[in-house]
Amino acid sequence: MSIILEMRGITKEFPGVKALDDVTLSVAEGEIHALVGENGAGKSTLMKVLSGVYPDGSFDGEIVYDGQPRGFRSIRDSEDIGIIIIHQELALIPLLSVAENIFLGNERAAKGIIDWRETHDRAAELLARVGLDENPETILDDLGLGKQQLVEIAKALSKNVRLLILDEPTSSLNEDDSAKLLDLLMDFRDKGLTSILISHKLNEVSKVADTITVLRDGATVARMNCADGVDENDIVRNMVGRALEDRYPPKGDARPGDIAMEVRNWSVHHPLHPERRVVDDVSFHVRKGEVLGIAGLMGAGRTELAMSLFGRSYGRDISGYVAINGASADLSTVRRAINAGLAYATEDRKTYGLVLDDTIRRNVPMADLPAIARNGIVDRNREAEVASEYRKKLAIKSSSIEQATVNLSGGNQQKVVLSKWLFADPEILILDEPTRGIDVGAKYEIYTVIRDLAAQGKAIVVISSELPELLGVTDRLYVMNEGRFVGEMPTGEASQEKIMSMIVKSGEVA
Amino acid sequence: MTDTTTQTTGRGESPQKSGWQFLKGHLREYGILIALVVIMAFFQVATGGILLKPVNLTNLILQNSYIVIMAVGMLLVIVCGHIDLSVGSVLGFIGALAAVMIVNWEIPWLIAAILCLAAGAAIGAAQGFWVAYFRIPSFIVTLAGMLVFKGLTLWLLAGQSVGPFPPEFRLISSGFVPDIFGGENLNLLSLFAGVAVAALLLWLAIRTRARQVAAGAEAEPFAFFAGRNLLIFGALVYMSWLMADFRGLPNVFIVMALLIAIYSFLTSRTTFGRRIYAIGGNEKAASLSGINSQRLTFLTFANMGMLAALAGLVFAARLNTATPKAGVAFELDVIAAVFIGGASMSGGVGTVVGAVVGAFIMGVMNNGMSILGIGIDWQQVIKGLVLLAAVIFDVLNKQKG
Ligand SMILES: Nc1ncnc2c1ncn2[C@@H]1O[C@H](COP(=O)(O)OP(=O)(O)OP(=O)(O)O)[C@@H](O)[C@H]1O
Ligand SMILES: [Mg+2]
Repeated sequence: MSIILEMRGITKEFPGVKALDDVTLSVAEGEIHALVGENGAGKSTLMKVLSGVYPDGSFDGEIVYDGQPRGFRSIRDSEDIGIIIIHQELALIPLLSVAENIFLGNERAAKGIIDWRETHDRAAELLARVGLDENPETILDDLGLGKQQLVEIAKALSKNVRLLILDEPTSSLNEDDSAKLLDLLMDFRDKGLTSILISHKLNEVSKVADTITVLRDGATVARMNCADGVDENDIVRNMVGRALEDRYPPKGDARPGDIAMEVRNWSVHHPLHPERRVVDDVSFHVRKGEVLGIAGLMGAGRTELAMSLFGRSYGRDISGYVAINGASADLSTVRRAINAGLAYATEDRKTYGLVLDDTIRRNVPMADLPAIARNGIVDRNREAEVASEYRKKLAIKSSSIEQATVNLSGGNQQKVVLSKWLFADPEILILDEPTRGIDVGAKYEIYTVIRDLAAQGKAIVVISSELPELLGVTDRLYVMNEGRFVGEMPTGEASQEKIMSMIVKSGEVA
Repeated sequence: MTDTTTQTTGRGESPQKSGWQFLKGHLREYGILIALVVIMAFFQVATGGILLKPVNLTNLILQNSYIVIMAVGMLLVIVCGHIDLSVGSVLGFIGALAAVMIVNWEIPWLIAAILCLAAGAAIGAAQGFWVAYFRIPSFIVTLAGMLVFKGLTLWLLAGQSVGPFPPEFRLISSGFVPDIFGGENLNLLSLFAGVAVAALLLWLAIRTRARQVAAGAEAEPFAFFAGRNLLIFGALVYMSWLMADFRGLPNVFIVMALLIAIYSFLTSRTTFGRRIYAIGGNEKAASLSGINSQRLTFLTFANMGMLAALAGLVFAARLNTATPKAGVAFELDVIAAVFIGGASMSGGVGTVVGAVVGAFIMGVMNNGMSILGIGIDWQQVIKGLVLLAAVIFDVLNKQKG
């Protein structure tokens, strides 16, 4: 197989951080090349260098593509020769149609006038190639995340892609959608397309990758050939520099205590389509010292349930009853919910979690400013102490607590969001996809934090689309589907098959 | 199966940054100060030394006081992610209201002034209500406010000028703090106050730095720290000496200095300030952190209204009459000052001191160009270009980082 891409001696510095230090990457034509590494290892940065987001001259080293040295001044330059990147955060316009999104910036037009017929036909063709059975005129917003991801790929295909780069494409997809996407990638490989895949889900990586490059602290530490199978533990060892014994901390044998929060007959309607019930008559409880899991597919209504409980931050016509510590609780505003001991760490860190332009120091104490202030005056030393403490505790990789969160890697942003809520010290903590985009080592640390909080008698609710994670870290599980709770079981009696069959069955009844 | 190609050496923390790198990182903060100094130096030379003549300096401060007062409030509004286009009209309206109350109805000026401030706050609150609780874009609400209060000013004054004000009222703008030390040719109070404030600022800066160093936090290189603070110290002492040489400290100057001190503290040190920045930076995240963004947005507008009213009183007292033309296009100077001072259009960024320096950059240019006899036409062109240049500089500076 010939080499399609060689990156040699790539070094990229940001003020105060050397994100990449003499990195090499060599990709053979027609393979799926996985790029793995801890949060902040430099994976996204390397791909931005490759795709011209960081233009030629803003880094050192050379890129040889298709046998020729290349210097890209912009994304356009790299796209012209078939290098297409799909970023960690999707770049689609929610209110445009699928077809319009696919050809955005690359419109099917003659003399500036759009040929809608061709747009439509070509879009339909591309959708068929990615196996998405939708009308090209559907508004993007009406599709689930998994399908939106496929639209991104259709968009890449429309640009005559030769090297497709996917930065954590499955981090917000459920197992089903992920599997579909990976099948598609393998299918493309058989047709000769080369791709680079960044992922923290090592089971996926070992399943589809032909070669794996491991980055650590901005340097290439290993290149693994998967022709004759690869062991996940080997990948982990290369990523973190040591073997990782267990993926989940022990659960301990403390018994959960009294009921911390009880929710009865909770219903929530869609904010824009009031006739749609997004959460439908849900009742559940969580005990002190218990880690409760809520399983379900993307779009099951779990985030909506959590956000509507947390100060009615989502939805309209909310009805139902909530008791905290046995007494009816008023959660009608976020402030009241926090005062009642509730906290909700969002799944969408950029939109709902962080003030991106602000530093780590300012983001961490945000949910409980009075704790670092006296008489309304912020004690900046205390603030710095708090931020440093959490930076260390959760191993947030950054140049200092003064780094703006916008410049942190995705996984490290997630850790800042977690820090914020840990600092607020709630009695009941709802974590929505707490490990999305987080590397294996850091996941273990977060699970440890969760178990420790439970051991201190806090009630924890974990919403996650990764079933193994729910099985590994929770004590009890609810299964949610289409707005309703369709099952409950102690985690000890649960299995992936059991949960999936519950979801499928409830779908058939409806 | 696994062939390890490169060994990590670990990246570690970055070494102590060089002064040059530091300057590049903080170009904005020094840039604005340097710009003011350069512009002042330029006009000092170009006007043959008139700019910094004691009488002209005092005048410059009086002329810009109402812009500075409003810039402080506007800074909060813009940091919060909004804009207030109505301040010029509100200034005019409150001036008219004061004139009608004091001159026509003969209400004691102190009571009238308090009523005017309350009216200003109410006007701001009324606009803020729609912005905060109904999410009507502030641009539109305050554009409407601008038209409404321009109209109401005309109506209130019936198209005429109303004046003059009683002398005590005029003291707000034209009075000077009496010299309790009884200096003969030199106003000693002004000199002492200037030196005292300069020393206080220097001491605060040294203390903050000492704490930063003790806590191991990132501090600016010593040369910059020393240079910046000595410049500020020297400038304050020199200014106070200049003012002492004329008639001492204008009353408005005291008002302005207090406002700057209070609002600087409020924005940089209090939980209230933190919350405003958080709302401007990401309203959704702030709300989900339990910050009552609606109420704070509302208060920010009420505060702006009150400061616009204060500026209205100062302006009316200075002109000694209320005219229908008062305040026309002032909002543009105020907003320009805040953006020159480094605030961001999208909210979450900006400082009170920056906005004040921005206001003085505009003020010095107005004053200097008038002395040079440059017509109002070219003055506008030049001011417009300076605003554009400042913001372009800002944006480029941010992109580079
Ligand atoms: N614009 C920037 N300014 C300063 N530092 C940056 C910038 N972009 C990235 N970094 C830093 O570079 C390092 C590498 O970041 P990168 O986003 O490449 O990590 P990653 O491997 O993709 O991590 P993740 O798995 O969490 O997405 C991080 O330490 C990050 O803080
Ligand atoms: Mg990344």
